[in-house]
Amino acid sequence: MTTVPVGTASDAAAERLRRPTRVRLLWFAASLAALALIVAASVAIGSRDVPLPAIVAALGGGGDGLDAAAVQTRVPRTVLALVVGAALGVSGAVMQGVTRNPLADPGILGINQGASLAIVAGIATVGLTSATQYAWVAIAGAAVSAVVVYTIGSLGRGGATPLKLALAGAATTAVFSSFITAIVLPRNDINSVVRSWEIGGVGGARWDVLTQVAPFLVVGLLLSLGSARALNSLALGDDLAAGLGERVALARITAALGAVMLCGAATAAAGPIAFVGLVVPHLCRLLVGVDHRWLLPYSAVVGAALLAASDVLGRIVARPAELDVGIVTAVVGAPVFIAIVRRRKVREL
Amino acid sequence: MTVAHTLEARSLSVGYQDREVLRGLDLRIPPGRITAIVGANACGKSTLLRSMSRLLAPRAGQVLLDGKAVHRTPAKQLARTLGLLPQSPVAPEGITVADLVGRGRHPHQGVLTRWRTEDDEAVAAALEATGSVELADRDVDELSGGQRQRVWIAMALAQQTELLLLDEPTTFLDVSHQVEVLDLLTDLNRARGTTIVMVLHDLNLAARYADHLIALADGAVHAAGAPAEVLDAGLVEAVFGLRSTVIADPVSGSPLMLPIGRHHSG
Repeated sequence: MTTVPVGTASDAAAERLRRPTRVRLLWFAASLAALALIVAASVAIGSRDVPLPAIVAALGGGGDGLDAAAVQTRVPRTVLALVVGAALGVSGAVMQGVTRNPLADPGILGINQGASLAIVAGIATVGLTSATQYAWVAIAGAAVSAVVVYTIGSLGRGGATPLKLALAGAATTAVFSSFITAIVLPRNDINSVVRSWEIGGVGGARWDVLTQVAPFLVVGLLLSLGSARALNSLALGDDLAAGLGERVALARITAALGAVMLCGAATAAAGPIAFVGLVVPHLCRLLVGVDHRWLLPYSAVVGAALLAASDVLGRIVARPAELDVGIVTAVVGAPVFIAIVRRRKVREL
Repeated sequence: MTVAHTLEARSLSVGYQDREVLRGLDLRIPPGRITAIVGANACGKSTLLRSMSRLLAPRAGQVLLDGKAVHRTPAKQLARTLGLLPQSPVAPEGITVADLVGRGRHPHQGVLTRWRTEDDEAVAAALEATGSVELADRDVDELSGGQRQRVWIAMALAQQTELLLLDEPTTFLDVSHQVEVLDLLTDLNRARGTTIVMVLHDLNLAARYADHLIALADGAVHAAGAPAEVLDAGLVEAVFGLRSTVIADPVSGSPLMLPIGRHHSG
């Protein structure tokens, strides 16, 4: 019988453990590089292409008038795409962790739609105007719909299984969408306001909108990143998480609040955008594995890159007009969603 | 090892909704020894383990760790002394062995503390102790049942607790892997003095590997003591409702229970 070695482990074992960190850092550098390229493309490409020297000149405050004007609208637009993409990516990763559900996504679970309904109702009844108001209302709507969808999805035997949650989310999305239509249709006065927000995507980005939603995004991001280790414990199941000293209910609520704030604020700034929160965490898991301490920052970077790239793509395919970024992400994301569902087993995360 | 921790239950009553599972149960876990909890299905074995590790709140009575009620001990503090491995845990899809074992370090880390060298060392030591160093960068999904159970035990070891509670650590394993897991737990107990409490299905393996046997019936302790002292045909009849004969195990000398059914009995 072998006896158990006590004390420090051999160097070989320690070396084995260190290797993944290097790979993860490498991928992180690679995705940051890709992000930088996409940002450059996002400022350069559009109905009027701006060459790099002109961008530099415009950022410096000089240059040709038309080039400078194009750059001036594209910079906030790019920043908004990055911020919203990062928020949705992290939000999706946290939701998948909290629900242990590979199909969780603020779009699929109907949470973005809940935020939208709240905003539209707010515009119709009390005449919301500022982005700060949008954000408060959107977060409230997102939180309420998260609770509703989770409750419906947990009913019946077996608790909140992945497919039941997705179905509850789809049903809720349908109901909320028809509510939105019902509110907007008879109100010609608010029609244009709602439409410009809803399909505005990131195209109508303004600095003042960005600064108003920023506090919500920062708090949501901090709550989410702070929950990384708790999510790692929750992933092992509630019993083990509790056995490891995690306060399970508190950890769930904190993480969910962070996710809801992120997707609520993102929806307030750019309208409902689906599939980013679904696709990004799955992509990142392939790169760095399931450790949330890595997964969450990765999801932020890759989410930002995906949304900015989709925005650029939307400007290219429909030239000289533009395709809304939400439509592009849906086209990219839907096949991924189907691929995940079709996999051998949709197991709990 | 440092001071041996005492774990005991005093008139412990635990239940779910309208069903009372444990009724005024009293027991003491001998420190530094291996204790096996046996009993018929649904007699409250898992419930007992779950309430001893603070997962279930008692309706009456209490569980005391070193004389302090576990339900008034902060979760993380308790998790540094007492570890729990639930029955058939499910690993997240795509997790590597090293990552899974590393999650056992949770109670030793604060919200802002970084992963430290001592965490790495604890993980490496746990992998070595369970003979799973070679598996470190494999996916848990790819492992065989026996390997997977070793990895879960490694995770519990990385928690570095002096008490380890295991709920049926040998379920779904074939007999050779059952013996392997029980040998491993015995190694830990002997090398580190870890107090081990496990729920076991197999009465004979429990009698062989445990220093202390606790037989549960009707939500209370029916008998407790060294296997050679408590395990006899009368106990089997009372706890499992089964006629049997108990002989000395020719391999280990511990009691060996041979069931008597309606057929094939002489």
